[in-house]
Amino acid sequence: MKKFVSLVLICTFICLMLTSCGGETLTLKVYNWGEYISEGAEGSYYTIREFEKWYKAEYGQKVRVIYDTYTSNEDMYSKLSAGAVSYDIAFPSDYMIERMIKEDMLEKIDFSNIPNYSNIDSSFRGLYYDPQDQYSVPYTYGIVGVIYNANTVDEADADGWDILWNPKYSGNILQFNNSRDAFGTAMYKLGLDVNSTDKSDWDKAAEELKTQYPLVYSYVMDEIYNIMESGEASVGAYYAGDYFTMLDAQSDDVDLRFYYPEPTNYYVDAMVILKGTQNKELAELFINFMLDRDAAVANAEYTYYASPNKVVYTDDEYLEELGDETIEILYPPIDNFAEQYNKYAYRNMSPDMLDYINALWEKIKIN
Amino acid sequence: MKTASRIFTALVFIFLFAPIAILIIFSFNDAKSLSVFSGFSLRWYRELIYDDATLESVRNTLILALSATVISTVMGTAAAVGINRLRNKWIKSAINTVTDIPMTNPDIITGISLMLMFVFFGRMFGRSDSLSFTTMLLSHVTFCLPYVILQVLPKLRQMDPSLPEAAQDLGCTPVRAFFKATIPEIMPGVITGAIMAFTMSLDDFVISYFTSGAGFQTLPVRIYNMTKKTVTPKMYALATIIFFVILTMLLISNFADEDASEKRKIKRDNRKALKK
Repeated sequence: MKKFVSLVLICTFICLMLTSCGGETLTLKVYNWGEYISEGAEGSYYTIREFEKWYKAEYGQKVRVIYDTYTSNEDMYSKLSAGAVSYDIAFPSDYMIERMIKEDMLEKIDFSNIPNYSNIDSSFRGLYYDPQDQYSVPYTYGIVGVIYNANTVDEADADGWDILWNPKYSGNILQFNNSRDAFGTAMYKLGLDVNSTDKSDWDKAAEELKTQYPLVYSYVMDEIYNIMESGEASVGAYYAGDYFTMLDAQSDDVDLRFYYPEPTNYYVDAMVILKGTQNKELAELFINFMLDRDAAVANAEYTYYASPNKVVYTDDEYLEELGDETIEILYPPIDNFAEQYNKYAYRNMSPDMLDYINALWEKIKIN
Repeated sequence: MKTASRIFTALVFIFLFAPIAILIIFSFNDAKSLSVFSGFSLRWYRELIYDDATLESVRNTLILALSATVISTVMGTAAAVGINRLRNKWIKSAINTVTDIPMTNPDIITGISLMLMFVFFGRMFGRSDSLSFTTMLLSHVTFCLPYVILQVLPKLRQMDPSLPEAAQDLGCTPVRAFFKATIPEIMPGVITGAIMAFTMSLDDFVISYFTSGAGFQTLPVRIYNMTKKTVTPKMYALATIIFFVILTMLLISNFADEDASEKRKIKRDNRKALKK
């Protein structure tokens, strides 16, 4: 009996070992945000399969792309840095890229393998997180704007950050439920530097948020979708790409509009190659493929975020698919993106400052 | 008093089933919204069929749940037999307590500690990707095992120990006696244990989240990762399908149960009649 059981166990473990090791085909492991790539829903472009097909046709060798998703930069960072998983390519946001470069987690990219890099608009070079453009290739970017319901909000008030402090809309205002974004709105309003290391700047912003507190309907992140769509609240700040998701689902008596206050926050998500990659050249080919017209357009149409790829936002099919109004909002004229971005985008703060900010934030919310 | 108890019962049922009902209703919504129902359509079901990546995660979930169930049922039954044979009361209760730990431990602690252990051993062997399907399967077997043991042990205790002894008296080898006499007696426990293990594995999120490796994402993990944007009604459609599949399975098993117990009753009556 004992022998029989142990035999069964040994057999199962051997089987498991074999399945986990795999064969000799090339594999490329990609780690991306959820819903951040076109995945062939309703007959659309299936980026991953198309890459496999293209590689087979071009090089005659089979490649298998392993594609997994994560839900936040921190989530990705902790799994990678713990050594729990390894991937070849990831799509972190700007501040996380800065941190990963510092911690030597990224591989320098050989741009001679990425001729399509010239598709990236030159205003996306020299961004603060990768000033020499050695480690990353921008994938999407986004700008925080104000979303409001035109049926309840006066058109004349829709300007700048003041609307979030307007007592006329008391009980109808939404504020971010995360310290960095919430403080950002107050600091832009006051004309302070959002990356200030001067604690008194943060105290001033905290005061501003305290005066806003009685006007706020709710502090939200993802919940903003349902609240704005149903008209429960009238005004809130969020990313332009997400505004279109809400627009898609708004109720009949809601008329959502959008504008950019100045200054405001920008983010860039970029493709990077991770240290420890088994096949760096393959990863570079994948990045190059992502910048190619078909893949780039399909992904920009799927995610609804702005693309830094010239081939995308000059593409007739893309422009037609999204429509003039959408394009106008997604791609506002920004003279010298890099300069604006480096000045106004949130950066990594020292843990000390973060503690201080979070303490202020807790106080505001307990009030 | 009677109306009060009725209201209470109604409330209990509302809180139990209203969320599922809302999910089912909105899976047929024409629009993307969760707040506005703009018309009946099968749009999200159609989109779901074309969503290969989601269907693959469903397949992964099923593969994992089935293999975890098979392994933990075999191991759990064997363990229960072993525990049942122990003579020393102290050792027996000690082992029982130890096997209960994965069940009473909060999922998040089980998940994190398993991940740390896998990473620790992975590092020892110089691997940068210690997590894989194997680690996920091992974790699932770990937390499914106690449920199987817990279901099989009482059946073993209820069983007349002289049954396998009699089988051996009549010329069976011990192994054969086990399969011929013990297994049929404890089968109901084994099956309940297997079903419990399957459902636990199927709906686990926390432990899977910490122990999943590259290339093998289960459905709960995939849905969680969709929260950068909103979860699309495709997922409501999928949840609706899963709900109805499970409902039919439950109904079938209930009918089968009734059928079987009726047959048993008839047999018993027949035997009684014979004795007379």
